[in-house]
Amino acid sequence: MTLQAVVVRFPGSNCDEDAHHAAATLLGAEARLVSHDTADLGEPDIVILPGGFSYGDYLRCGAMARFTKAMDFVARYAERGGAVLGICNGFQILCEAGLLPGALVQNSGLRFVCKDVYIRVETSRTFLTGGVPPGTVLRMPIAHGDGNWRAPEGALDGIVSRDQVLFRYVNAAGEREEGANPNGSLDDVAGLSNERGNVVALMPHPERAGDALLGGTDGAVLFQAAARSLLSKLVRS
Amino acid sequence: MKVQVRVMPKAGILDPQGKAIAGALARLGFEGVGDVRAGKVFRLDVAETDPAKAKEAAARMAGTLLANPVIEDYEVEVVP
Repeated sequence: MTLQAVVVRFPGSNCDEDAHHAAATLLGAEARLVSHDTADLGEPDIVILPGGFSYGDYLRCGAMARFTKAMDFVARYAERGGAVLGICNGFQILCEAGLLPGALVQNSGLRFVCKDVYIRVETSRTFLTGGVPPGTVLRMPIAHGDGNWRAPEGALDGIVSRDQVLFRYVNAAGEREEGANPNGSLDDVAGLSNERGNVVALMPHPERAGDALLGGTDGAVLFQAAARSLLSKLVRS
Repeated sequence: MKVQVRVMPKAGILDPQGKAIAGALARLGFEGVGDVRAGKVFRLDVAETDPAKAKEAAARMAGTLLANPVIEDYEVEVVP
């Protein structure tokens, strides 16, 4: 049995090829790159929204991409319980679409930040972290100007108590500290899931950390976990 | 008819851009500037002759696309 993965390419996506490569090699999926103006993405086991600068980040990051035919499909697909992974700009698009709570605004330091960071897995209840013990520290790169997550007013406590915080920025030892958060994100949030756990996203780039040649393999941990979770779902159904 | 939509970061939402502008003003010697908030203004030319309807249409556009209600508030007014 082979997983079917779809990577949506928006005008301005620039991590689409990397995400496609990761889906094919790390997830072991039959992976397709599809255009944003595709209304029917078929019956994939996972949809990946890649990083980049869709629509030039005009208006707000992800604000335009959210109103595409592919995103109409993704909203219905997520509603049916389909697995959706957003990376960087994909995270911003999912927030704009209301599929994840909150919004991502400009980094508190005003600068575009491009470096390796450490993130801590906070829950293993999602397909992306299934079987990965909470507390696991992963190193992978970030490259964004707008990764400063803000919760809807008064919603943070609920998001935390429903175990929707998927990753937090930490230091190499796995501890939260001021210098470890690269963008001012509220509660050190680096990744989130929806309540059901089928829509997940993170600002760091696991697809850029899947090969020792690229400087790290911690990203592979997440794609392999996703492969296990999604394949076991296939077997059960 | 022209309608103006003004979008501002919500009170309590961090505005890094406004903060940087406040810092620059202080460095330039402009004294007494406290908080600075940076927003956006949209001028829409709408095919509508009734001001109330024009405002209503612009408000729908603002709520759907121009503003993100999680982090921003908006105001709509008809302009000459």
